[in-house]
Amino acid sequence: MIVVEQLTKRYGASVVVDAVSFRAEPGTVTGFLGPNGAGKSTTLRILTGLNAPTSGSATILGRPYARLDNPGRQVGVLLDATAQHPGRSGRTALRLDALLMGLPRPSVDEALDRVGLSAAEGDRRVGDYSLGMRQRLGLAHALIGDPQVLILDEPANGLDPAGIRWLRGLLADFAAGGGTVLLSSHLLHEVELLADHLVVISRGRIVADGSRNELLPGAGTLVRAADGTALGRALDAAGLAGTATSDGAWVVAGDQAQVARAASAAGLAVTELRPADGSGLEALFLSLTSDTARGQVSA
Amino acid sequence: MTTVTASRVTRVPLGRLVRVELSKTVASRSGEWLLTALGLALVAVVAVTLLVGDAADLTFRGFAEVTSAPLSLLLPLLAILSVTTEWSQRTALTTFTLEPDRARVVLAKLAAMVAVGLLALAAALTAAVIGNVLGTVLRDGSGTWGLRPSEVGDLVLTQVLAVVQGFAFGLLLLNTSAAIVLYYLVAPAVSTVLSLSDALRGTAAWLDLGSASTPLSAGSSTGQDWAQLATAATLWVLLPLGLGLIRLLRGDVKTD
Repeated sequence: MIVVEQLTKRYGASVVVDAVSFRAEPGTVTGFLGPNGAGKSTTLRILTGLNAPTSGSATILGRPYARLDNPGRQVGVLLDATAQHPGRSGRTALRLDALLMGLPRPSVDEALDRVGLSAAEGDRRVGDYSLGMRQRLGLAHALIGDPQVLILDEPANGLDPAGIRWLRGLLADFAAGGGTVLLSSHLLHEVELLADHLVVISRGRIVADGSRNELLPGAGTLVRAADGTALGRALDAAGLAGTATSDGAWVVAGDQAQVARAASAAGLAVTELRPADGSGLEALFLSLTSDTARGQVSA
Repeated sequence: MTTVTASRVTRVPLGRLVRVELSKTVASRSGEWLLTALGLALVAVVAVTLLVGDAADLTFRGFAEVTSAPLSLLLPLLAILSVTTEWSQRTALTTFTLEPDRARVVLAKLAAMVAVGLLALAAALTAAVIGNVLGTVLRDGSGTWGLRPSEVGDLVLTQVLAVVQGFAFGLLLLNTSAAIVLYYLVAPAVSTVLSLSDALRGTAAWLDLGSASTPLSAGSSTGQDWAQLATAATLWVLLPLGLGLIRLLRGDVKTD
């Protein structure tokens, strides 16, 4: 369980994290989603005791991170897969972890095995690893202490689609065993795949917080015709409940074939027909991203 | 997976942190190279002294002087790197998440470096013993063993001070190049400048660690020498160590 309350971080005049509150519950994978520079990494660094908040609090398993005993045994942390000593082998790096956490020797091989790194890969220098392999080794660092909580900053970065599928399985298993996972990403489709609960941050503020099903219903069709009012009547007549969007289209709880039949029965030409965006999260996220992009251009 | 009962998790003992830091020193190429270089240097200085030294100078004290010289050169570098590589390789992220009590991490690192320094000094004295024996056998050297316990104590203190000073500079600057420049160029330059003028020389004895620790190397310490050493060490060792520690404890861990 991770509880973040009114967390604020200021650097001089700029507010990087602005009164952020959210929870990550045991048994769930929580995705922390936001464009680059939104304050995700800063929040995770405060959560893990590396940065001090200006105000507010963050607790893991009921305590601030810095007050956890042997934290590697309780919270697995991966903040930056590239921040690993290039001159050490993956196995040596894990052995240092095991020594510090007081783990038995076989835990090193178990951890390598769990993240899909072979014995030969474990013996190679981290400097020769691909980004995907570094992510796997970073996950091995996080998992080796058999923690109850995982905090992962952009863990899917550098993984190929098969790697992301593998990561989804690993995190789902971890959560199914009662573990709490908090992972960050700047890619909506990545979080959609990995997380069951979403917390969206933009410019340091939480702008959406809910389950994937609430925020991304997935079902539903968006339909548009030149005469929106007539289209509404046609959908009603076909027994398809719909809601009008602000720009005159309709979002209908039915598949595209049903909707097309209803429109053509009323003699209406459909100008747009596609799966609906879940409660506008994709549109929201796109607008956040483009806001940030514009900000960078003007800066 | 190894099963771990959460309720049994206890604080990481300091001794284990020290062992981890010792392992890190060996498990890095710079550390391996430095320790190898140190071993080779010990062999080299003993060999050269055997070849070219005056037979009368081939004593245990003479050998101890030459074998401790490479230590003073290389150990501070090892101490600097033990701190600064955590930032240059950004492993500080892992180090401080696995042990959030940063003061304990610093203490463990410092203890590990002092331990390495003492082991290296033991190796240097062993090399001096071997050199002295060989000098007697091969060169008919004088081969005396006179080295008073206080002189050994001074040797230990000198090496430990050098290690802690290097460590302190590393902690103050958190940057390898800057710490090396400060330790190997700026500090000796200040020393030289202080010794240039007669007016400054009296003050220099109190402010310059090099001249303050000379009586140590010469084995002729008096009460005033100790007082001068204490003030100079405060300025050059304790002050940077304290400032570096305060910054680390108060600030955010920044690695980029």
